[in-house]
Amino acid sequence: MSQIKFTKDHEWIAVDGETGVVGITDYAQHALGDIVFVELPEIGREVSQGKEAAVVESVKAASEVYAPVDGEILAINDGLTDEPAQVNADPEGAGWFFKVRITAPAQLDGLMDKAAYQTYLEGLV
Amino acid sequence: MRYLPLTEADRREMLAEIGVAAVAELYRDVPEAARLPGPIAGLANHRGELEVDRLLSAMAAKNVTAGSVPFFLGGGAYRHHVPATVDSLLQRGEFLTAYTPYQPEIAQGTLQYLFEFQSQVALLTGMEVANASMYDGATACAEAVMMANRTTKRSRAVLAGNLHPHYRDTTATLARFNGFEIVAGDPAPAGKEDLAGKIDAATSCVVVQTPDVFGHVHDLTALAAACQAKGALLIAVVTEAVSLGLLTPPGAMGADIVVGEGQSLGMPLSFGGPYLGLFAAKEKYIRQMPGRLIGQTVDADGRRGWVLTLSTREQHIRREKATSNICTNSGLCALAFTMHLTLLGETGFTDLARLNHAKAVQLAEKLGDLKGLRILTDGFFNEFTIDVGRRANKVVNKLAKRGILAGVPATRLFPDSDGLTDLLLVAATECTTEADMDALARGLGELL
Amino acid sequence: MTNAKTISGHQGLQMDEPLIFELDSPGSSGVDLPPPPAVKSRLGAVAARNGVGLPGLTEPEVVRHYTRLSQKNYAIDAGFYPLGSCTMKHNPRLNEKMARLPGFADVHPLQPMTTVQGALELIDTLAGWLKTLTGMKAVAMSPAAGAHGEMCGMMAIAAAHDHRGGPARKRVLVPESAHGTNPATAAALGYSVEAIPATEDGRIDLAAFKAKLGFDVAAVMLTNPNTCGLFEREVRELAEAVHEAGAFLYCDGANFNAIVGRVRPADLGVDAMHINLHKTFSTPHGGGGPGSGPVVFSEALAPFVPLPAIIHDDDGYRLIESQDDDDGTALAFGRMKAFHGQMGVFIRALAYTLSHGADGLYQSSADAVLSANYLLAKLKGTFNAPFDGPCMHEALFDDKSLKGTGVGTLDIAKALIDEGFHPMTVYFPLVVHGAMLIEPTESESKRSIDQFIATMKGLAERAKTDAASFHAAPILAPRRRLDETAAARKPVLKWKKGA
Repeated sequence: MSQIKFTKDHEWIAVDGETGVVGITDYAQHALGDIVFVELPEIGREVSQGKEAAVVESVKAASEVYAPVDGEILAINDGLTDEPAQVNADPEGAGWFFKVRITAPAQLDGLMDKAAYQTYLEGLV
Repeated sequence: MRYLPLTEADRREMLAEIGVAAVAELYRDVPEAARLPGPIAGLANHRGELEVDRLLSAMAAKNVTAGSVPFFLGGGAYRHHVPATVDSLLQRGEFLTAYTPYQPEIAQGTLQYLFEFQSQVALLTGMEVANASMYDGATACAEAVMMANRTTKRSRAVLAGNLHPHYRDTTATLARFNGFEIVAGDPAPAGKEDLAGKIDAATSCVVVQTPDVFGHVHDLTALAAACQAKGALLIAVVTEAVSLGLLTPPGAMGADIVVGEGQSLGMPLSFGGPYLGLFAAKEKYIRQMPGRLIGQTVDADGRRGWVLTLSTREQHIRREKATSNICTNSGLCALAFTMHLTLLGETGFTDLARLNHAKAVQLAEKLGDLKGLRILTDGFFNEFTIDVGRRANKVVNKLAKRGILAGVPATRLFPDSDGLTDLLLVAATECTTEADMDALARGLGELL
Repeated sequence: MTNAKTISGHQGLQMDEPLIFELDSPGSSGVDLPPPPAVKSRLGAVAARNGVGLPGLTEPEVVRHYTRLSQKNYAIDAGFYPLGSCTMKHNPRLNEKMARLPGFADVHPLQPMTTVQGALELIDTLAGWLKTLTGMKAVAMSPAAGAHGEMCGMMAIAAAHDHRGGPARKRVLVPESAHGTNPATAAALGYSVEAIPATEDGRIDLAAFKAKLGFDVAAVMLTNPNTCGLFEREVRELAEAVHEAGAFLYCDGANFNAIVGRVRPADLGVDAMHINLHKTFSTPHGGGGPGSGPVVFSEALAPFVPLPAIIHDDDGYRLIESQDDDDGTALAFGRMKAFHGQMGVFIRALAYTLSHGADGLYQSSADAVLSANYLLAKLKGTFNAPFDGPCMHEALFDDKSLKGTGVGTLDIAKALIDEGFHPMTVYFPLVVHGAMLIEPTESESKRSIDQFIATMKGLAERAKTDAASFHAAPILAPRRRLDETAAARKPVLKWKKGA
């Protein structure tokens, strides 16, 4: 059964069994402005929850994209290299960053669901 | 005081507007003990232009200028003729007193000339991209090694023994504090080093200079292949930019990064600075490049223009994660370089290079006739090394007393190396006359 | 409202100027060279190249090209740069004349010492002024820019800790409001960087700072006056705590213009400070360099000052270029760049310093601070000043007053361009939202400052009703807003044939 969870740093993870697809939320892409470059991890790399897994650059800023959970990188969205604008256009779909094999599934319980994330956003000004 | 426009009346009005009685009150956050009651004792008070001119001219008069005597120094800084047009344009206030082009709408002058500069440097070095300059060749070299470390994720740099010692030492300083290793060869005045043999799986780069510090010209093709085979980058260093008008450029020989010194074009010797670091690399490495980059784009009306770009690599945005801590380039020096090169153009630049080489060959022929000295450099551009059979620094000092600046003793650059005490680096450029060369030959002939 | 279209593409005095590559006349040159002597080539291993691909232009075409480019540039000579932390003061022309004296310009760095006594004297004289003005014991003249000076200062600190031995010190503390070069420098030297929080009044929280101090801290990097334009009142207590912990206090001297000639960093407990000659000492910004960042050092750090050093004794002046026990350079940590430093910049800085003298500098810092406070007093009713005055040489505002207008700090900046001003520093320091940092310097007349104030007030008023005009700005500059996104997504970094 698939579910979507969110982090406080505005990453989302769409979970499907043991794997998850990760990207940044619409709030994040809007805050960053026009994305000009995405630095994706290598396939096979181990990532840790809360640690940098990718970097997203806009003209004026560079932001870390943190891994929502511990895991191993299975696939990356190569298309972002040529068309970083996809992150702006469709952040929660075609603008996905990487796919990860989740090694610590219990960590998902600590993340927010869609409703909780919405509430969280309203709290931010 | 001529640089301070505020009048006493202005100051009174401003203080009243602020609501304090005296400027001293504005300094109330400064600890009392640190507030000086008046101008610092022991320092002179203000002076008019006439007086300052007199003082500084007196200091200047104590130096022997390159143009006043037969002059043969090289060693990483070269005396070339800068056309009058260059310095005249350089002094336009809109170039001289402009800020960094962070507001591109009102800095298109600076941005366009830097874009032209980047284009020219890419052509000269035979590389795909070049940045908008660095402080000097030595710091560019050190930054190139850091870039190779980042790119290969390795931390061991192999430096040729014939790399200019100032470049080696600048890199070594960074290595010490940044925590990477350098393996520096011993100087090889005969020009032969086995660099390929030093490359292993931990090597991030090999740094080699051509023409090297002793003047030898090198073909880097084989070394480039050896580097590539082991996943290391080849960094080529060029300290005499004019050589790129005649020699096959490092880019055509397989270099991954080319760094160098641009002082030869547009800038006076000026006792060592400010100079101009050149930095060029393959396109695939642009996100790892240090320094400023100018990119082409369009404005809201669709007109072509230029901007600083890929700034997210730089310190003001990435902070701890920056590719380097560099904040500035060498803007005005880059302008001097690009204007001089534009004035020369294709035919002028290639002719200048040919002329430099021919002058050096002419000098070598005259010196080669002298007994008591031996030329060590077979293939050179405009600088070569001679063995004078006795302490070269003593020879230079004696000739200086006779009004000849004979060249750079190798020991000036390599004070800690054995076996170089008798070696002298001599350079000739388009400024060197036959009379100069004869004077040197005569002077050496009498001493040796 | 866009610029009128003309047939030629030029607009009055504003010339549309192509790239040099588009002006190529193959075979043309702006230089006439004599034919080379008839000798055989001795290039050796490498073949001669088959041309470079450069364009050819004659002298009149070159002069016109660069003259036209210059006309698209704003410059201090033309107008006010209210740029906070940049100290865009007047660049005196005497500086230029002195730097071009052949006795300085036409001298090679490696000439025998006896032939360059005047050059060494100049560097030593400037070094002496810098030491006396700051109260410090030693100075490294070689760093080529401010950031390079920071690196030099921090390297000396790292070398001093190495020499002392003891447990490793891997932490460096830096205020949240610091310029990006500070953490970048520390990180490049292998330190982990931690932020020091600020209090409500914009200064370092001394208690929070002391809590972070420990025997594993190598250094604290401070800017004083800080990047909010405020003097760190508790700097001496801070320095004491730093020294007690066995660490060193590095000071970023970017804002030295506020106190030059009337406060000595040594009296504040500073161990090392870089000075930006291209800010405080009037040397030209040149469109982005060259700068010069000499670093002054305390007694404790003096042994570690990098090479080269200049010694002055009965035999005259000489350069020490390698470590030598006898000359006190045994512990010098190494070399920062080739040769001896930015000599051309030294000459300009010394001409300025000698012109001002002690009394002139004492007055110049006072005028800088007076002008900034005048600006603060006049504008704080219009724009929100996050911190109470007095400020030092620069005044900080945020974008609170613009809330709800649809006009942001960037838009104010672009509108200023149409008004004939270079924008102030924007979005720095990061600790304040939509920051506007304004530094008039002592070389702006009151008339000029008043005109700027009136313009800012007018813009604030217009922002209430006409946001659209701000979003369209600038419309009068040589170019409208440029597409920086496109430039970064598909970088075009050089001219290509057929492009």
